[in-house]
Amino acid sequence: MAILLDEKSRVLIQGITGSEGSFHTRESVKLGTRVVAGVTPGKGGTELDGIPVYDRIGEAVEREQANVSGIYTPAAFTPDAIFEAIEAGIGLIVCMTEGIPVAEMIRVKQALKGSGTRMIGPNCPGITTPGVGKVGFMPNFIHKKGNVGVISRSGTLTYEMIWQLTSLGIGQSTSIGIGGDPIVGSGFIDVLALYENDPQTEAIVMIGEIGGTAEEEAAEFIRGSVTKPVVSFIAGRTAPPGRRMGHAGAIISGGRGTAGEKFLALERAGVLVEKNPAEIGRRVQEILQAK
Amino acid sequence: MKIHEFQAKELLRGYGIPVPCGKAASTPDEAREAAEELRGKTVVKAQIHAGGRGKGGGVKPAASPEEAFHAARAILGMQLVTHQTGPEGKQVRKVLVEEASVVRKELYLSLVVDRSRGKECVVFMASAAGGMDIEQVASTAPEKIVRCTIHPVVGMSPFQARKLSAALGLDSEQRKVFAEIVRNLYRLFLEKDCSLVEINPLAITEDGRLLALDTKINFDDDGLYRHPEVKALRDPDEEDPLEVAAKNASVNYIKLDGNVGCMVNGAGLAMTTMDLIQMAGGEPANFLDVGGGASAEQIEKAFRILTSDPNVKCILVNIFGGILRCDRVSAGLIQAAKNIDLKLPMVVRLQGTNVEEGRQMLQESGLRFTVADGLYEAAEKAVSLVA
Repeated sequence: MAILLDEKSRVLIQGITGSEGSFHTRESVKLGTRVVAGVTPGKGGTELDGIPVYDRIGEAVEREQANVSGIYTPAAFTPDAIFEAIEAGIGLIVCMTEGIPVAEMIRVKQALKGSGTRMIGPNCPGITTPGVGKVGFMPNFIHKKGNVGVISRSGTLTYEMIWQLTSLGIGQSTSIGIGGDPIVGSGFIDVLALYENDPQTEAIVMIGEIGGTAEEEAAEFIRGSVTKPVVSFIAGRTAPPGRRMGHAGAIISGGRGTAGEKFLALERAGVLVEKNPAEIGRRVQEILQAK
Repeated sequence: MKIHEFQAKELLRGYGIPVPCGKAASTPDEAREAAEELRGKTVVKAQIHAGGRGKGGGVKPAASPEEAFHAARAILGMQLVTHQTGPEGKQVRKVLVEEASVVRKELYLSLVVDRSRGKECVVFMASAAGGMDIEQVASTAPEKIVRCTIHPVVGMSPFQARKLSAALGLDSEQRKVFAEIVRNLYRLFLEKDCSLVEINPLAITEDGRLLALDTKINFDDDGLYRHPEVKALRDPDEEDPLEVAAKNASVNYIKLDGNVGCMVNGAGLAMTTMDLIQMAGGEPANFLDVGGGASAEQIEKAFRILTSDPNVKCILVNIFGGILRCDRVSAGLIQAAKNIDLKLPMVVRLQGTNVEEGRQMLQESGLRFTVADGLYEAAEKAVSLVA
């Protein structure tokens, strides 16, 4: 089954003619992803490796039945790109763009409410379902089809974790990077709920980092609503307060959002917290073997 | 991005929020002139990007222009140490000379973004217990801080100003002014892509007027592209010179206190590498994210930045090659090590695309690289090199 990205997904790429958009579109096609269209205003009627490019999302939906959109547009144009995708009834938006102002994300969250559109990102590596394909940046070789759901706020650290699993022969149902911004389309809770209901997923790896309270909120949710085992790591125990650690959302402010608080909240919720990130794969292995 | 108090007050003034008359000065003579213009008693305040300046001796009253001159001479050039500067303090390069006010009561008012799930909006926080100890109030008596969330679509409504002013115990005349203040603050917050606007204290003066005596405004870095006028307020003197160099090279770098320098691709992995160094018994010298598509030039720039820190005794390179191939990284490392004549011991941990080629290139380069396979092993090796 997997979650969000599956056999029914028909992907369109917003910003397909840009250097990032075209490169990652080709990579995702190599992984088997069904990319049915691209959208770049003003480039309608052209194509990329046989993938038709349209001016508007509405056309791509009508002609190609696109239902998933990957967004690679520059930050200044991205809120508009998101609103257009929502208006066109796209079911899943995966937004890789980095650098969207928080004020714009507040508007985006309002537009998403009650819309029937789910959004992953922004500032994220995307989503991969092994055997189906990917939308985003994740390197192709790290994945293997299996039963572990991965969810994370970061990029390369996520690849590291997925690769640890794959190297131990443990496959993934789906892997999702929810993004490193203060406000994101879907949080841990949204994705945890999907993994909980996905018959293919047997265990969950959740990678958090300093800043905000998403991990604490997730801990509450896990305690009440997640029956599958969750293994977790939080990055940034040594990060100084008040400094933005690369990701816009990774900042300890007013003494809140420390790794210590998050580890504690997750531990209390019954999550298997592993403080050595090199051991995450082995913890998952132990859990699966004990089942 | 942070700005100085005098810049923040200019912004508030532009939005019709009452602030004391004042002027920034870089020399004692300028401070005297400013005090002469203002007439009467003044306050001379150190301008650095940190709070707690009063407790650190960076704020002095002056009864005359002559006293303002002496106060400025004492403050300008000092290494001001506060709880927010770290033990080395920050050098004061500017002072704000402003009219002194007699304060009857100190209130607190701020605006931030509530990023928690399901909220995602701007929120006002207000307290009748304003002043220097607001952080303590927040931790010991949080009920004294009133919150008021602003719906992003509905916007600010007059009842919310009434709710806040009731909590602050304002009289009817003050309430009218206060309603204007909060309305304008909210407008400022949105129009300038702020991440924090704080007025502390929002003073009630002896004659009952509301006055923003001190203020702090931070901006969302991601919003700066559409506010050149805000970007122009940036003061590079307030930033670490290495961090400025890094910013110019599009490298994400934050200086820390340890001696194991690290270079990593990706912010999450960079933080994790720091954590692993500490777990192995060492201390990281920096956070450094060289970026996802780092070229040889980028790697060389990153090396120059992290080796400019004299505390660095060893370098740990941790790269997970995805789109960025490990052989490319190795080529960059070798080129950079030769170009900058690198003498420091270095541990390299490569994983991912073309890892075998990458490792082989390092081993055949004739340069001194210690190669590590595992995440934790790499940190242990690096720490053992500085022990």
